[in-house]
Amino acid sequence: MRRIAKGIVVLASTTLALTLAACGGEEKAADEKPKTDPASLKAELTWWDTSDPKNEGPAFQELIAKFNQTYPNVKINYQSVPFGEAQNKFKTAAQAKTGAPDILRAEVAWVPEFASLGHLYALDGSELLADESDFLSTPLSSNKFDGKTYGVPQVTDSLALMYNKELFTKAGIAEAPKTWAELKTTAQTIKQKTGVDGLFVNPAGYFMLPFLYGEGGDLVDTQAKKIVVNSEKNVAGLNVAKDLIASGAAAKPPANDSYGTMMTLFKEKKVAMIINGPWEVSNVKNAPAFGGLENLGVAPVPAGSARAGAPVGGHNYVIWSGMPQEKVDAAVAFVKFMSSAESQAFLAEKLGLLPTRKSAYDVASVKSNPTISAFKPVVEAAVERPWIPEAGQFFGPLDQMATEVLIQGKDPKASLDAVANKYKSEVVTGYGL
Amino acid sequence: MTTVTADPAPAPAPAGRRPKQPSRLRRSWDKHWYAWAMVIPVVVVLAVLIFYPLVRGIYLSFTNLTEANQAAEICTRSITGSEVCKPNPNRWEFVGLDNYVRVLSGEVGEFWQWTAVTLIWTVACVVFHYGLGLGLAVMLNRPMWGRTLYRILLVLPWAVPAFVSAFAWKFIFNERFGLANSLLTAVGIDPVDWFGDWRTSLLTAIVTNIWLGVPFMMVALLGGMQTIPAELYEAAEIDGATPWQRFKNITLPGLRPVSMTVILLGTIWTFNMFPIIFLVTEGQPAGESEILVTGAYRAAFEGIRNYSLSSTYGVLILSILLVFSVFYRRMLRKQGEVW
Repeated sequence: MRRIAKGIVVLASTTLALTLAACGGEEKAADEKPKTDPASLKAELTWWDTSDPKNEGPAFQELIAKFNQTYPNVKINYQSVPFGEAQNKFKTAAQAKTGAPDILRAEVAWVPEFASLGHLYALDGSELLADESDFLSTPLSSNKFDGKTYGVPQVTDSLALMYNKELFTKAGIAEAPKTWAELKTTAQTIKQKTGVDGLFVNPAGYFMLPFLYGEGGDLVDTQAKKIVVNSEKNVAGLNVAKDLIASGAAAKPPANDSYGTMMTLFKEKKVAMIINGPWEVSNVKNAPAFGGLENLGVAPVPAGSARAGAPVGGHNYVIWSGMPQEKVDAAVAFVKFMSSAESQAFLAEKLGLLPTRKSAYDVASVKSNPTISAFKPVVEAAVERPWIPEAGQFFGPLDQMATEVLIQGKDPKASLDAVANKYKSEVVTGYGL
Repeated sequence: MTTVTADPAPAPAPAGRRPKQPSRLRRSWDKHWYAWAMVIPVVVVLAVLIFYPLVRGIYLSFTNLTEANQAAEICTRSITGSEVCKPNPNRWEFVGLDNYVRVLSGEVGEFWQWTAVTLIWTVACVVFHYGLGLGLAVMLNRPMWGRTLYRILLVLPWAVPAFVSAFAWKFIFNERFGLANSLLTAVGIDPVDWFGDWRTSLLTAIVTNIWLGVPFMMVALLGGMQTIPAELYEAAEIDGATPWQRFKNITLPGLRPVSMTVILLGTIWTFNMFPIIFLVTEGQPAGESEILVTGAYRAAFEGIRNYSLSSTYGVLILSILLVFSVFYRRMLRKQGEVW
């Protein structure tokens, strides 16, 4: 008898230890039967929004309130997740099969990656893609992986030349430069006449793409499965960027926090031109010193010897494949509402975000919006990026290359060769050099 | 460990029927069962939280496991209700020493460069931590006005969360808007591109870390100094020893047990100090101020996460620190420390 008691004590202490060491899991219950009537659709959905919580978040919450006027029993748990963390956070949660949001606002490059891991619902055959042809084809293409469509475009964007009209007038410049050579002289004129820096080039991989595209270059050739990042065209493009800084036309960028520096300088009118996207429009508009939207000029990125091209960016709505089947109807209804032409027009008006539906551009308020009309040709000319699961990994090595060339003054060819080797050994191992 | 004899498995049945001669195991169990019951929770927790992850990590470093090839099959659910599962074409497998070869040969990442930077970083930080900590401790170890206040103020950096100080220092060194460059311009020196060169970039991180780490050293050494008997100083003074002689021949030897421990701890902490480099320099310029832990993090956790590669780095870093600790202990033992 005593021995049993001892055994129990040992067993109990073991169990206690195990309980302490184990982590609690979380279960979600959703057992509503979907029906067709909007009011009878009942579910609770979690949405991870990765937009800027201060500038953009409130407009999305307003949209949710509108959605609930039609669907009063679908509760949306709005969660703002920082853009920089969302990708890893979602993957961790989806892998663990618990804690991932039902709906996520995913950056365009994330969708093929998530899809390749089986984390997303394929949306083919649902209401969401019924009017597929209404979406602009380039943003929609980022949702396709292996013949299926995994998301619906929310906004699209691209890089453009944003400039300070007041500084242009002061320097006596009538219109935005159309080529890199014109950009250089414009920037030098501004520096001469007004004393402020003419241009700021952000030394980061994504912001180098207009220079590479301008000479007809690209990162990889997905058709031929070939790494082309170290092509002569890209070297020429980088030399253009390098010369802008070396000649003093552009301010010397810092290696650390250069994006923040660029935006601060632009908002404080200490630099006349930057290359950036529509997501900063609302930020610039609210900057007290800048002078509002009237002072903001937007033009397509200048052209190189081959063309003018900027990368297409943007965000998509995707649905997590771990969401129970019962909630599908509610999730589809929500995404459909959020990506409808009216909602997109609402966001365009509020935030200056660019719609992804052709019909949204016909809405009167969008048509008359000067920022949207300025960005429209930019987006239409945007260059499609390679939509492969590894696409998100291209930018790490490219960022490093941009710092090496633009700040440390290293040889573009050598730096690009290093990038190509890194792509070969770490990113797209199946591709040829 | 003596746990080997702890096996509480039932003793052979015949033993139970011979009350005169219980087996050794049984006797031990009868006598010490309570102790084992107390020890087992700790053993279990250690096994679950330390030994299992460690063994698993070492095992993973011999595979090519990543986030993308971890599942046996990839299932695609369709919104219309169907689900297609395909076996994963490149499922992870055992690859032997491949990861180590790739890392050490420099094919993946910059292992040797990161190691060199880590060594500079660790040595510089620990030397300044210890030197400044010792200096402040000596100054505060004598009766003076406002001593408690000084002590509290000097411990303050320690109480600030590391990321807060990291961001503050990062902003001080901001090339356009930072305090450091405005001070330089004020006295007529050209502003410095702090993050444009790996030496100055590393310097910013070292300065931040010194600021953060000195309080710990100071408090530990101050504690050590208070255990040195005051009679020794009195006797030395009577013998006419100069302050420097007193410091060299009484304070330093008296501090040895404390110093050795805090230097070992400081070295290991600094070696693995992730947030300062990650937040202050961000590895700039172009990854040249990366130390081993931050480099490994970027290599393994950006994009599709590479569990096997991160384990490889983990094992390598652990090995370096293990070798260091073994040599350090041996050195101490030679000098007669009982540690």
